[in-house]
Amino acid sequence: MAAALINVQKTVRKGEIIEIKTLMAHPMETGFRTGLGGQLIPRDIIHRFVCTFEGVEIFAADLFPAISANPFIAFTFMPQQSGTLTFRWFDDKGGAQVETARIEMV
Amino acid sequence: MKRLAVLIACLSGPVCAQDSKSVSFDKRSTFDLMKPETQAMQRDDASNPAMLWVQEGRALWQAKAGSTDKACQDCHGDVASMKGVATRYPAYSAAQQKVVTLGQQIQFCRAQEQKAEPWTAEARPVLALSALVGLQSRGLPLAKTGPAEARAVAEGRALFTERRGQMNLSCAQCHDDHAGQSLGGAIIPQGHPTGYPIYRLEWQDLGSLERRLRNCLNGVRSEPWPSGSSENVAVQTYLRERAAGLPIETPAIRP
Repeated sequence: MAAALINVQKTVRKGEIIEIKTLMAHPMETGFRTGLGGQLIPRDIIHRFVCTFEGVEIFAADLFPAISANPFIAFTFMPQQSGTLTFRWFDDKGGAQVETARIEMV
Repeated sequence: MKRLAVLIACLSGPVCAQDSKSVSFDKRSTFDLMKPETQAMQRDDASNPAMLWVQEGRALWQAKAGSTDKACQDCHGDVASMKGVATRYPAYSAAQQKVVTLGQQIQFCRAQEQKAEPWTAEARPVLALSALVGLQSRGLPLAKTGPAEARAVAEGRALFTERRGQMNLSCAQCHDDHAGQSLGGAIIPQGHPTGYPIYRLEWQDLGSLERRLRNCLNGVRSEPWPSGSSENVAVQTYLRERAAGLPIETPAIRP
């Protein structure tokens, strides 16, 4: 896994709902395609995405082979305090990409 | 009644066919033909997957490479200095004595200035740097070609209007004469290269104009021009001339 783009506002007011947008660079190889030699290309997808805020899970998703490459996941959240968002993508190769973003309550 | 007569004349065929040598219709970016969802995806950088390549390009811009241990920014400074550059490519390069695409110029810089291992023609880093440099010109109009590119433009125009492949079709027959009409459920675009490298949803990948041309050539069952060949660059140069004035959208999304 290579790179992620996270778009989230840095400051938030009490009671405000924010949208969090994430883009993850990943081939999302389905496991159904064949390569040049005719053999199946092994499946390699992100199968789980988890977002936690100060250690508490606020959003999670299971992903499947029909999801396109470079998956874009957006969701909303209403923070109650300042804190750190932690994003984790788990793929079939056993790798986990971790990114963080800080939100300040004003 | 007069209007009806014109309509009938149009429907009956070649009367309506436009002169392939000049594009007389209003130039429109393919962006206008896309579904609102796809347009929204391009408008919002946070949802545009091509931005992943731009981010990669930014890292490459600052990374020292090759035996001279130089990074792009050591000569060019901040990448913002590349504003307007992408409006002028493909362009004549005096050093290489030929018209080159932006990707080829990046490769040339890498070989000459950095003395680094060359990348393959459409390798990820080339696309990433092209996207980054192209992004600096977003919103600026594509520039008209100059006298140095005149030969390439003429060669490109000839190739564009030449029938080819088992389908015996020229580029112009679709993209000049029948642009805006339907082809198997899709609307034929005018084919202006305003957003390259593009993130094409069909490819699920970022791709160059060369890749897009290969796609069309395969479609008419014609042998694609070799990568980086003079034909390939000539057509790209003609397309730039043909699209002059349209704003750059790099990195664009296309279906």
